[in-house]
This record gives sequence, C-alpha cells and structure tokens, in this order.
Amino acid sequence: MEPEALLRCVGAASCIVTQLTSGLIMGMLLFLIASGLTLIFGVLNVTNFAHGSFYMLGAYISLTIYRLTDNYFIAVIGAALAVGVIGMLFERFLMSRVYGSNVLMQLLVCYAVVLIADDAVKLIWGPAVLSMGMPVEFRLPPWRIMGGVVPPFYAFLILAAALIGLGLWAVIALTRFGKVVRAAAVNAPMVAALGIPVNRYFALVFGLGTMLAGAAGALAAPVRSLTPGMGFSILIESFIVTVIGGMGSIGGALVAALLLGLTRSFGSIGFPLFVDGAMFLIMILVLIFKPSGLFGKPAR
Amino acid sequence: MTLRQDLLLALGGLVVLSALPLLGLSTALRDFLMFAMAYALLSMSLNLLIGTTGLVSFGHAMFFSLGAYAFGLAMQSGHFSIPVAFVFAMVLTAVVALAIGAICVRLNEVYFAFLTLAIQMLLYNLILAWVPLTGGDQGLMGGIPRPRFWGIDLADRMQLYWFCAASFVACLVVLRQVTVSPFGATLRLIRDNATRAEFLGIDVFRAKLVAFVIAAVVASVGGMLLTLFVSGAYPNFGFWTTSGEAIFMILMGGSRVFLGPVLGTVMLRVLNDVTVAYTEHTEMVLGLVILLFVFGLRKGVLDIVAERLSDRRQADLRKGP
Repeated sequence: MEPEALLRCVGAASCIVTQLTSGLIMGMLLFLIASGLTLIFGVLNVTNFAHGSFYMLGAYISLTIYRLTDNYFIAVIGAALAVGVIGMLFERFLMSRVYGSNVLMQLLVCYAVVLIADDAVKLIWGPAVLSMGMPVEFRLPPWRIMGGVVPPFYAFLILAAALIGLGLWAVIALTRFGKVVRAAAVNAPMVAALGIPVNRYFALVFGLGTMLAGAAGALAAPVRSLTPGMGFSILIESFIVTVIGGMGSIGGALVAALLLGLTRSFGSIGFPLFVDGAMFLIMILVLIFKPSGLFGKPAR
Repeated sequence: MTLRQDLLLALGGLVVLSALPLLGLSTALRDFLMFAMAYALLSMSLNLLIGTTGLVSFGHAMFFSLGAYAFGLAMQSGHFSIPVAFVFAMVLTAVVALAIGAICVRLNEVYFAFLTLAIQMLLYNLILAWVPLTGGDQGLMGGIPRPRFWGIDLADRMQLYWFCAASFVACLVVLRQVTVSPFGATLRLIRDNATRAEFLGIDVFRAKLVAFVIAAVVASVGGMLLTLFVSGAYPNFGFWTTSGEAIFMILMGGSRVFLGPVLGTVMLRVLNDVTVAYTEHTEMVLGLVILLFVFGLRKGVLDIVAERLSDRRQADLRKGP
C-alpha cells in the first residue's frame, strides 16, 4: 500500500493526465469486449465463455494483416470482420445446438473452443510472445498535455472505441435490425411467429458481439503483448464489468468498464498489490447490494 | 441402500484397490491409480454440485489447490503431524468455502458459473503473486515432509498408496451417504425444481451452501492426496483448466450414476497419457473429444449403460414371465 504515492499523483497534473489516459484505454477496451458479451447474453440469453478467445483471435489476425499490408486501419477492420465471421460460424455450428440444454453443455462447448483456439494460435503463430509494435501511422512524437505524455495512438484508440460504441448504440436503437433484435430479446418465439427468421438474427447478433471482441483485440495489439491464452484474463475482467454494469445493459457496461479501467490505472500507483482485489471487491459489493447490476433490470 | 451395505461394498472395493498393485504389475500402474484417485475426488465432489444439486461450478479446482497448499505449507512448517495438517486443511477449506458459497449460491446459473470461475482465478493469481509463501509459479519447493504417524510411514510408496486408497474410499462413502440421505433427496429436488422446494418450506440457500461446503472439503482431500503423491503443490492445481477438466470428467463418465465421475477421471487420464505420447497439441485433442461427447453421445458412458439396463428391465417386465 502506497497511499502517499497516490496522493502525490493526484496532486500533479502530469500524473493525472498519464494515468487518466491509460485508465481510459483499459476502460474502453474492456467496454468493447464486455458490450459484446452483454449483447449476446441480453439477446440470446447464453453466456459466451469463449468470448476472450475472439479477442485473442482479433489481436493475432490484425497482426498478420498489418504485416502483410503495412496498414493498421485495414488490419483493424479486416480483423474485426474476420472474427465476426468466425463468431457466426461458431454460433451456427456449435452454440446453436446447445441453446435448449443446460448451462453445463454450453460451458463445455465454450471450454472446448477455448482449448482449440489456444492450440490453433500456437500452431499458426507459434507459442512465443509476439508484439506488433507501434503502427507506422502512429509513429509520431507524443503530445504533451499539461506536462503529461500522451501518445497519439492512445487518443486514436479511445476515439475509435467510442465511435464503435456509438455505432453499436445507433444500430440497436435506430435501425430496423436493432428493433427486431430488441424484440427477440424480450420474446423470440413471438418474433418468429411474425415470420421473421429469428435464427438468422441470433447468428448476426453473435457475429456482432464477437466482432466487438475482435475489434478490441485489434485495437489492443499495438499496446499489449500477444500470447496464446491472452483472452482468458480479459474474459474474467469483462465478466466483472458485465456484473457491475448489469447483464444485458450496454450503457452499464460503459460505466463499469471506465470505473474498472480507472481503478486499475490509479490503483496500480496507490495499491499495486491489491488492484485485482479491488475489482473483485467492487463486484462483490454490487452483487450483495444490487445483484442485477448498477443498470440492469431486476431478474424476472 | 443402507449404511451397512455401503460400508461392506466400500470394504470390498478397498480390498480390491489395495490388492491391485500387489498383482505384480508395474509401479506405473500404482502411480497412475494414485494420480487418478486424487483427481477422482475432485470430479466426484464436483458432481455433488453439478449432478445432484444442479450447481454448475466452474471454479471447483480452487478448493483442490487450497487443500494442497494448506496441507503442504502446514507440513513444511514442521509443527504438525500429518493427521493434524489434514484436519487443518479441511477446516480451512470449509471456512473459505462457506464465505465463497455464501456469496455465490444465491445467484442464478450463469452468474454462479462465472463467479466461481472468477474467484478461482483470484486465488490462482494470489498463489502466483505471494511468492514468499507459495513459491509463485515454481510451486511449493523442497518436498513435503512425511513424518511417521500411528505406525504409518508415508515415505514408503506402497504405504502411501494404501493411505490414498483408504482416504479415497472413505470420501466416497461420505459422498454416497450424503447423496442417498434425505438431504441428498432435498438437493435433487432443488436441482429439478427449486421453486417447488421453496414452497415446501426448504431453505434452498442453506441446503445449497451445505452441499457447496461438503464438496469443497472432499475436493481439498483430493488436493492433499496429490500433494503427498507429487511431494509438492503447483499453481496449475487451481488453474481454470483443471476445473474445466473436472467438469468434462463428469460428462464423460456420467453425472447420474454415482461412480460415473470416477470412470470419467480414469478415461480422461488415459486419454491424456496417450495424447501426450503422440502429440504436443493435447489441448486441441481434448477440445475435439469434448465436442465429440457433447454433440455425439450427449451423455456419460455410465449414464448410457444405466439407461440401456433400465430399458431392458422395462422390456422384460412388459414381456412378462
């Protein structure tokens, strides 16, 4: 515990800026992943325990596309789309077959896919830790804001994640697709009775959710090291985000993800050994006092 | 099934199990059996939650590793005899499981699975980070001392094997008694219809919590046996894949037949040993086998056998004498 260090940091503008940007990065990445998880849960009422693997695939695929094209923007878009397609295939061929069964079967299918994905990554990209490095587009001198150092890529990452989040909101709230999805979340058989191919919508929602994880992986690739199994710790964190924000609530995921990201970045100064513990503490408090999450609807 | 029948069966099982390595087979079989018994306690105890109570825990291995580390550390401190350390680790596990269970068992299925998984990773990270106590990713080094007690010398492999077999059978008897007792019937009622159990005046929360603690303590015994066997404790005892494997052992062997998970454990250990010999991509093989079971058989081996038997009995009844 170093509370003096935290106090000293809060007293200096440069430290606040630095920690704030790193907290925002973590928060926005978590938001993208958790919003995919919560979207899939909210609409299909299944939990994608393999969600972290899609994040991992996004990071690795973007690395390969970036090395081939030398263009980071193509890498992000290509990786997100590829992961979305893989997610749809996963939903159609595996997950959709266990919707009716209990959680145990869904858990086992996801567990199997996590194992296969980790080993597939080892086969294709090798077991060693890889890193993308700063993309050429962002090899610029860092900005200095109030004495704090902010690399331009960080600003891009936060902005891109915010735009994706906004786009997600627009799709769900404003389009016909979103309307059908919201209706299917409430009563899927009724929607099917109206002649709408609900199964196709389920696959699309799963694809959209995994696409968000893939985009997060691609955005994280320049600032994180790539290892097989990198998806697992992020899965736990995005689950914590989902619990705090409320299962099924995308707005809640945003608030909770930012809360967690900032707790992590400032906590790493004030209480470095207790950062994980602090996240769990917040989650357990939420579970005890408001089990449906800060923004979730109470369970029916 | 009464307690007396159970005890007789257990005694018979123990005699057979104890005699197996004496048949002149290699020590490899004895070591395989010790290993399998430790993991079988993990999957058997987990099945009290999954198969009997309907609580799908994805973090059961945390109690396995908690037992292993608590026992190992108590022995390394040099202040305790083996039985005292055994009881100490069981009590510690029970207290921890009570606290974790009190938070988790209230939640719905998905939250329960995820939260047990998350807490397990918290414990795993704690073991990795607390290097002075746990040795971090190196595990508990320096071996586990095994002082003689009650005339038993666990440094002798054969005596260790008999000790493992006796502990294993004793735990199975406990689990069996819990399952067939009225309390076990309550748990099955909760599994099938928790709302109805609630209406009948059953304290569902308390029943689930008691099952959770019993399962945790039995899992900790499994961890302790493994610690004695490998003379150390390692972080991967409590890694999430160990919990995943335990779940798969239950699916493979069968969740509705009492000894199903034991068969599943043996099957998975054999599968593991075979794949390691041929390929380094064991995870991929395991993943494919899991998918094969989930989409192909959909049930455990013993579940299928039990169904066939009851079908045949039904057919015989219909046919008449």
